[in-house]
Amino acid sequence: MSELELSAETGHAGLMEGSPYGIPSGKLAMWCFVLSDAVTFSALLFAYGYLRVGSPDWSTPFLFSPSIVNGLVMTFVLLSSGLTMLASVEAAKAGHTAAGTRWLWATCALGALFAVLHLLEWRRMIEEGWGLFRNPTGGSTEFGAAFFCVTGLHLLHVVGGVFALAIIALGFRRGKYNRIDVEVTGIYWHFVDLVWMFVFPLVYLMNAK
Amino acid sequence: MSEAAAHPAVHQHTAPTGFIRKYVFSVDHKVIGLQYYGLAIVAVVIGMALSWLMRLHLGWATLPIPGLEKLSPAGAPGNVMTPEYYLSLMTMHGTIMVFFVLTTAPFAGFGNYFLPIQVGAADMAFPRMNMMSFWVTFVAFLALMSAFFVPGGPPISGWTAYAPLSAVGQTSGPGEGWGQTMWAVSIAIFCVGQLLGSLNFIATTLDLRTRGMSLARLPLSTWAWFITSVIGLMAFAVLLPACILLILDRTAGTSFFLPSGLVFGDQMLPHSGGSPLLWQHLFWFFGHPEVYIAILPAIGIISHILPAFLRKPPLGPRVLVGCIASIGFLSYMVWGHHMFVSGMNPFSAILFSVPTLVITIPATIATLLWIGSVYGSRMQFTTAALFCLGFISVFTTGGLSGFFLAQPTIDTYLHATYFVVAHFHFVMAVAAIFGMFAGTYFWMPKMVGRMMNETLGKIHFWLTFVGVYCIFMPMHYIGLAGNVRRYAAFTDNFLVPLIPVHKFITIAALLTGAAQFLFLFNLIWTRFRGPKAADNPWGATSLEWSTTSPPPFDNFGGRQLVVHQEAYLYGVEGASADFIMQTSSETVEKP
Repeated sequence: MSELELSAETGHAGLMEGSPYGIPSGKLAMWCFVLSDAVTFSALLFAYGYLRVGSPDWSTPFLFSPSIVNGLVMTFVLLSSGLTMLASVEAAKAGHTAAGTRWLWATCALGALFAVLHLLEWRRMIEEGWGLFRNPTGGSTEFGAAFFCVTGLHLLHVVGGVFALAIIALGFRRGKYNRIDVEVTGIYWHFVDLVWMFVFPLVYLMNAK
Repeated sequence: MSEAAAHPAVHQHTAPTGFIRKYVFSVDHKVIGLQYYGLAIVAVVIGMALSWLMRLHLGWATLPIPGLEKLSPAGAPGNVMTPEYYLSLMTMHGTIMVFFVLTTAPFAGFGNYFLPIQVGAADMAFPRMNMMSFWVTFVAFLALMSAFFVPGGPPISGWTAYAPLSAVGQTSGPGEGWGQTMWAVSIAIFCVGQLLGSLNFIATTLDLRTRGMSLARLPLSTWAWFITSVIGLMAFAVLLPACILLILDRTAGTSFFLPSGLVFGDQMLPHSGGSPLLWQHLFWFFGHPEVYIAILPAIGIISHILPAFLRKPPLGPRVLVGCIASIGFLSYMVWGHHMFVSGMNPFSAILFSVPTLVITIPATIATLLWIGSVYGSRMQFTTAALFCLGFISVFTTGGLSGFFLAQPTIDTYLHATYFVVAHFHFVMAVAAIFGMFAGTYFWMPKMVGRMMNETLGKIHFWLTFVGVYCIFMPMHYIGLAGNVRRYAAFTDNFLVPLIPVHKFITIAALLTGAAQFLFLFNLIWTRFRGPKAADNPWGATSLEWSTTSPPPFDNFGGRQLVVHQEAYLYGVEGASADFIMQTSSETVEKP
């Protein structure tokens, strides 16, 4: 940690009171945002659970192949992107800008791959007759609504993250962003990964045939 | 950006030039605070005008109101409003007041202006995000206003927008087409704006305090704004997906909130599987913390102002902070008390009733602390001080009715009567607004550098104080008599005898509303003709009084303040004056 950053975290050369959490404001704001976003996803998952429990004809259409396999691959991709994100933060902390940037691009690529797999899966489901209010098996139409909304909101966060990672990667290389910015992006990315760790079991595994 | 991200944001830009950068797209928290305040003033005038229209109709249901047909030919043919239009006006009144007045003025308005100054910072932690938060809120306001002008007019489902009425769409009534959708869009955008604001408040309070400003030395208003923003962070996060699901139900054919078997106008709707109760859960999980978001800043403001006019430290300030924090924490556990009659398991009613009654404990402790602070003081009865005392009165009155509503057995009778209307108007419409008034009379000299007219202010206070009791006290009575709320007119046998009371309330409302023009006049007069204000006209201690009136661009003219004292050292024995400012390094020997 550079001296400037150290002194900043303990009160900007004594001119200010230090932050009680000892982290830069950007990181604190990202943690607060993550808290808020977690509540948003919780509300949505609560709504999904509420509707599922109240539904006498809930569908469980996910066959192991292709749905669960696809889900497992997507999970693996996202977890790997978490590892590459960690690598980029470590490289950035050690001052290795080039390596950090490469790992950022790797994370970005894996995130994009996740999004593509997800969209392909959506397309397959829509072709089978699923929709926001359509259920080809004749069961509850809430299934489609809940599925597309929950995974859709998560996908939106992934895509947003992919864009953010790209911007940070470009800026980090040029020195516009520093290791703190990489770390802040990392917090967001790990959060998106964590949400998937809830979505996959609750939405996919619980609705496996 | 590289250095700014590494350490807390200190003011890195020079003073802006040009009208747009200075007054429109400004990153200065003071300008943003005033913009929020201005938005709240516009909103409160509109909201109040709506309430006058409502009250006129309730007292005199067949009275033609000139000009109403121009506003809505379908809603008010012959200048007499239809029952549905009454509900539209009521919905917009509630929505505008709760979101664009009570969540903006005491919190985003005064909070944005004074939080950075009270912690000794040069600006908020994220000035550009702060600017964005205002403009997002402004766009939300425009979206809501558009509901007046879209086909079908404003929605009729109340500010609570209960499904299935709000979710079905056009068929369920006038205003339920575009109007309801614009409502949901507006509120969703509003949530985003508030989230951005909350992030700023939290980061600034924790990270940008100047040297010596420990958390224990923070003024009570700062504590209240900080705790409110923590509550808001999580509350608005639930309303946002709820509104999105509502929009989907209305536009994309989903049925999150719509059960099967709904028939509207001889048409069986195709939806199935959803639950109106789900909307209630999601809405009230947000809605209850929201009303505390409305009141806690006002509590902080009057707790901050009162000691300055008592010339005495407040009683138990740390306990007061604890009360504010516990009210905030408990606010997440009580949402079901809005749903006692929704058909849920009666045992769940107990689960919500108990924490609701528990919440009265910190609220009562806070009230007793204020009353205890007043004891033994020699009060200076300025307008700001009068509004603080008025706040204590109306907060107590409004809070007392809450004790009754918290109990499911009593609430079964009182739910959806005017008793509830009396309760929430006292605590929100009156108490929170009194906090806003107190803040205005106290801080206007600092914000514009001119003193407000005290005589006008005192007349404004007394007319308003008497007026609000005349308006809302009788509502307890008619509520107990069974007067149902959200009715456009009273034709039932048991309601007709209550119409004279409604007439009285209406006249009181119109008079009290007229009295508010004294306040508006005072604001404008002060801005242009008020006598110049000193840096510290009240002899107050907190950091905002350690700078000029108005403060310079970077709040303290390039100085980095050092704080040596806690926040409310008034009337300390042995001190050189009857107050010690937070920046003073004076030490007083304890006797």
